[in-house]
Amino acid sequence: MVKLSVNNRNIEAKSGDTILSVLKRNGIKVPTLCHLEGLFPSGACRMCVVEVEGLPGLVPSCAYPVQDGMRIQTHSPRAVRARKTIVELLLADHPDDCLYCVRNGDCDLQNLAEELGVRQRRYAGKKSMHQIDSSSPSLIRDPAKCILCGKCVRVCEEIQGVSAIDFIGRGSRARVGPAFDEGLNVSSCINCGQCVTVCPTGALREQSALKDVIDALNDPGKFVVVQHAPSVSVTLGEEFGIKPGTDMIGAMTTALRRLGFDRVFDTSFSADLTIMEEGSELVKRIREGGPLPLLTSCSPGWIKFVEQFYPELIGHVSSCKSPQQMLGAIAKSYFAEREGIDPARMYSVSIMPCTAKKFEAERPELSSGGLADVDAVLTTREAARLIRMRGLDLNSLPPEPADTPFGERSSAGKLFGVSGGVMEAAARSAHYLLTGEEMADPVIKSLRGLDGIKEATITIGGLELGLAVASGLANARKLLDQIRAGRKDLHFMEVMTCPGGCIAGGGQPVSSDPNAIRARMKSLYAIDTGAANRVSHRNKQIQKIYEEFLGEPLGERSHKLLHTRYVTRDVMI
Amino acid sequence: MNPSVQTILDKYVGEGRDSLIPLLQEVQDREGYLSRDALKLIGRHLNLPASKIYGVATFYNQFRFEAVGRYHIQVCRGTACHVKGSAKVLETLTRELKIRPGQTTRDGLFSIEVVACIGACGLAPVIAVNGEFHAGVTPEKIKEILRTYRKQGAEAIHG
Ligand code: SF4
Ligand code: SF4
Ligand code: SF4
Ligand code: FES
Repeated sequence: MVKLSVNNRNIEAKSGDTILSVLKRNGIKVPTLCHLEGLFPSGACRMCVVEVEGLPGLVPSCAYPVQDGMRIQTHSPRAVRARKTIVELLLADHPDDCLYCVRNGDCDLQNLAEELGVRQRRYAGKKSMHQIDSSSPSLIRDPAKCILCGKCVRVCEEIQGVSAIDFIGRGSRARVGPAFDEGLNVSSCINCGQCVTVCPTGALREQSALKDVIDALNDPGKFVVVQHAPSVSVTLGEEFGIKPGTDMIGAMTTALRRLGFDRVFDTSFSADLTIMEEGSELVKRIREGGPLPLLTSCSPGWIKFVEQFYPELIGHVSSCKSPQQMLGAIAKSYFAEREGIDPARMYSVSIMPCTAKKFEAERPELSSGGLADVDAVLTTREAARLIRMRGLDLNSLPPEPADTPFGERSSAGKLFGVSGGVMEAAARSAHYLLTGEEMADPVIKSLRGLDGIKEATITIGGLELGLAVASGLANARKLLDQIRAGRKDLHFMEVMTCPGGCIAGGGQPVSSDPNAIRARMKSLYAIDTGAANRVSHRNKQIQKIYEEFLGEPLGERSHKLLHTRYVTRDVMI
Repeated sequence: MNPSVQTILDKYVGEGRDSLIPLLQEVQDREGYLSRDALKLIGRHLNLPASKIYGVATFYNQFRFEAVGRYHIQVCRGTACHVKGSAKVLETLTRELKIRPGQTTRDGLFSIEVVACIGACGLAPVIAVNGEFHAGVTPEKIKEILRTYRKQGAEAIHG
């Protein structure tokens, strides 16, 4: 313990903590631009400077450890002036684009200019010339709005283990981008969008599908169906000022219906369907000798990651399409047939926590008879924009239930939204498939929580199964390298691209609340605890679709509609 | 697989990231530039992502990422040339050819490189095209020089 004084108040802190973390814990706000919770400080932006008595210069609080007896002033005239100058210099080489900018209203740079009272252009800089990169199916990079904070570079390398982008050049020509200044589409970028959620400005954003969706909704000839991913109902509220973790499923369904969607479906239904197929695949592989571990396939960033970095493990990846694609495929077949709708007239939209889902929907393998399973993907953020555009407010909408037949779900399907959830859901159904009985306790504690790597061993009918869960692909790398080196005790491994799973996806609301992700997670666990049906195989509509249409899991129809294949990719890695 | 890059890599067996710069230099000396293939091989060898290598390489002015043109123009930026207006010379070249130093025109005819003093201060400002010196160049003279090489190039290709 050390004692220090901040703004003339006495404070106790753990030695070794940074000044910034101590300030935060004591509710004192100092602005940051390059700081990333949990990663090594880079000290690049110097927004977080504070004055420390006895030290000649201002010190960056994010990188400086507290010491006993330190006397700190966080908002001395000198510190505030320094911050203001930094912002003014950044604005000197920044387009005055706020009115047209997707981040207008939630941009760190804009907020800081406001907070610090920047009211005139003191430095008139020459604006750098940059080209917008819209080559990616998922993201748009607008380097003119980049303030070179480096957060995207660090997240891409340290959290995702991808390193698709880095600083290029130096001085006034310094910029961030992929090797050879090429488009993101030909780089090793896996489209996860984690860089978007950390970017303090509008330099990174999703490739928007709003216009296509609005056009489809306005087209009387189209039958427009929408599905929403398991995590979306517990995050969308934040876009409307609602407390993080609040489940808005009912109001969201109402909003989507009022927007004009002809049917509102729940991707958690097809998550249940995924469990039927993937659980059967697991059992089959265990009986027939591999290849094991089976690797999950629902996270499209992860799929591209395996395809380019671990092509020799492609055979381990489940052949199941992701829940998004499964729902798209059965909507245009089973549902269309049942309702007598021409599938060519059907337009299938999904609301996803994810930017990589946009890439996934475009994969040529994921279509049948020339029709894409999914026609347009909106992120949670875009869905909120669409809802606001129509003058709807989630706060004041009465709840409505989802449509049949793809509205019913078990809470196992809902758990897909959090890291470890697919594994829990699969274990529940695999247990039933192998023994004919339900698990005594459906919760596997060690697979819950936000740790990047979680492992468990469970016994089902005398069979010992090694389970592993990774989220954040740098964590997945650690396990994959062990497998590559000969690790043999794992049977099933779940990988989610984003750290913590879809609740922290690259398409989710950019939250300023550090506890938001934990709140989202708890909300999904609470839904599971209180659910009437907690296992996928007891979902009545799932049982029905097998009886009426699919036949057996892994059967011929399933094989055609619900399974896919992967390719090796030769990109610059 | 690029055998000439591979022979260079073979000399750097078991070496880490510290050897990146010398390795890049050697590959550029041999190949004339750093190609995508070369970067891929170097990355695999040192276990470094391509974005990182490109980032490091662009930090220094000495690396180029396109093959040099049929006519490689070196612009001297030594003190004497600077005093006599080499900045104007470079500006004219980049404007006329629509490329920056380190780049090559789309038709593959010209490339520009900025070099430290080439030891011909008496001729300042000076450029060298494929090693042949042109003394006391002015913007007008440069346009003329480019015209001559363009004609030569066209004849070489079609004639
Ligand atoms: S990035 Fe921020 S400051 Fe820049 S134009 Fe967009 S909203 Fe304005
Ligand atoms: S989307 Fe993901 S992989 Fe692509 S640049 Fe951003 S962080 Fe890296
Ligand atoms: S793109 Fe965004 S996150 Fe990346 S360096 Fe620029 S401002 Fe920072
Ligand atoms: S936040 Fe501390 S230097 Fe950027």
